Amino acid sequence: MNRTNGADVKIMGLTKTYGQKAVLQDLDLDIAPGEFVAIVGRSGGGKSTLLRLIAGFEQPTDGGILVDEMPLKRRNKTTCTMFQNDRLLPWQRVLDNVGIGLQQKNWRQLAQQALEQVGLGDRAHEFPSVLSGGQKQRVALARALVRNPHLLMLDEPLGALDALTRIEMQRLIEQIWQKQQFSVFLITHDVEEAVALGDRVLLIEHGQIALDMPIPLPRPRQRKSQAFVTLSEDILERVMGDSSDVVNTASKESLETAHAC
Amino acid sequence: MQRGTKEAIGKFVPWILPIVLLILWQMLVKFGWLSTRVLPAPSDVVVAGIRLAQTGELSRNLMISTIRAIIGFSIGGVIGFALGLLNGVSRPAEKALDTSVQMIRNIPHLALIPLVILWFGIGEESKIFLVALGVFFPIYLNTFHGVRTVNPELIEMAKSYGLRGWNLFSKVIFPSALGSILVGVRYALGIMWLTLIVAETITLDSGIGYMAMNAREFMQTDVVVLSILMYAMLGKLADSITRTLEKKWLKWNPNYQSV
Repeated sequence: MNRTNGADVKIMGLTKTYGQKAVLQDLDLDIAPGEFVAIVGRSGGGKSTLLRLIAGFEQPTDGGILVDEMPLKRRNKTTCTMFQNDRLLPWQRVLDNVGIGLQQKNWRQLAQQALEQVGLGDRAHEFPSVLSGGQKQRVALARALVRNPHLLMLDEPLGALDALTRIEMQRLIEQIWQKQQFSVFLITHDVEEAVALGDRVLLIEHGQIALDMPIPLPRPRQRKSQAFVTLSEDILERVMGDSSDVVNTASKESLETAHAC
Repeated sequence: MQRGTKEAIGKFVPWILPIVLLILWQMLVKFGWLSTRVLPAPSDVVVAGIRLAQTGELSRNLMISTIRAIIGFSIGGVIGFALGLLNGVSRPAEKALDTSVQMIRNIPHLALIPLVILWFGIGEESKIFLVALGVFFPIYLNTFHGVRTVNPELIEMAKSYGLRGWNLFSKVIFPSALGSILVGVRYALGIMWLTLIVAETITLDSGIGYMAMNAREFMQTDVVVLSILMYAMLGKLADSITRTLEKKWLKWNPNYQSV
């Protein structure tokens, strides 16, 4: 597949510390153009910090990020972020929300097209307050898509949605991604979601990549297939496996004795 | 048909008590149980209103009071709004200015009347100054609060989609602060009339307050009550205008939709 739309991201020796605490430590990661990378991991592991650094919201303490071979400085116009909550402006109508910050003269037309892409073409002139949670997130998706992103950053955008709406949204994101072939960086708490969507699933723990698992399953993925279930369980076990460590790292000795038993 | 009647009755119900009270008041005065030196009959107030309207005195004084109110409100409101924005957006400005503003705010502005008369005399300036000073604080505080409580997530989102400077202000910060600013405006309108009543009764030459004080000298209770009603009416009018603006500007907010 020709994936020229996607950004090529190279992360080298990325470190971010807040005061004394290192959230990311010397992290290396490559995202190939058009690749769908899904990130899982426990809260506080550094997932969101990594996203905020790649999106340019924060500056690294050390190390650097290359996007399409250019060093990343602050905001990159071709990187669009979809946040955990919709972050729509409640005083702007849906169309204006999608078109926020667009410079083109025909922005209305572009925004309308993006809305139609997410199936909300008929809601353009409503205020966000009358939409459901899933619809608001679709508007937020349209707002990201209208800019023709080369890199789409998804920060647990489906976490607050009900199970059915979430699966619908996952399909929608997958379809649009297959059509437009941008690169995707998806953070999620849901291992199944990561396996359903990611070309690779990464586990981030203690500020480093603890697992980098390619998902070779054909798309659209069958959640009931044996391969899917096995992969999901393996990754989930790996994520959860760390929990006993967290409890026990208070002293190394106790960890060792625990293993000895 | 029957439903129409029911609706008409429903609309009439809230007015029963005021009308009964008015009739009672009228009767009390007319049968001499209540001296006209305490309260005039409602009909006398109406007559006084018509008389003063015919001589042009009523409309002249109404006009003068309204103009004072508008000028004072504009000056105090604009300064309060500008300073509220400045201190809301800029931390250094807040540090430099906010403490001083808070100190001045704690002085009841009507306590400054003797000083204001010494500064400005009893002319227009003193009244406008007092109104402006009274209006300044609620608008300043609510603008400041409104700007400070803009959701930082929305600002981050807007910046990530390339909004800067004026666009960021006009699309995110101002609309977000508007609800709070309008609360300040409504509060300031109350203070505006209150200040004007006091300022006009003390420094005598024209306006509704002057009309009331002048009438007091001649025991014209009907004109005094008329003046009070005029203030009530003006206050209600100003409040209705702000409510209309709230409904129009905040219609995106479900809390303001079906009031």
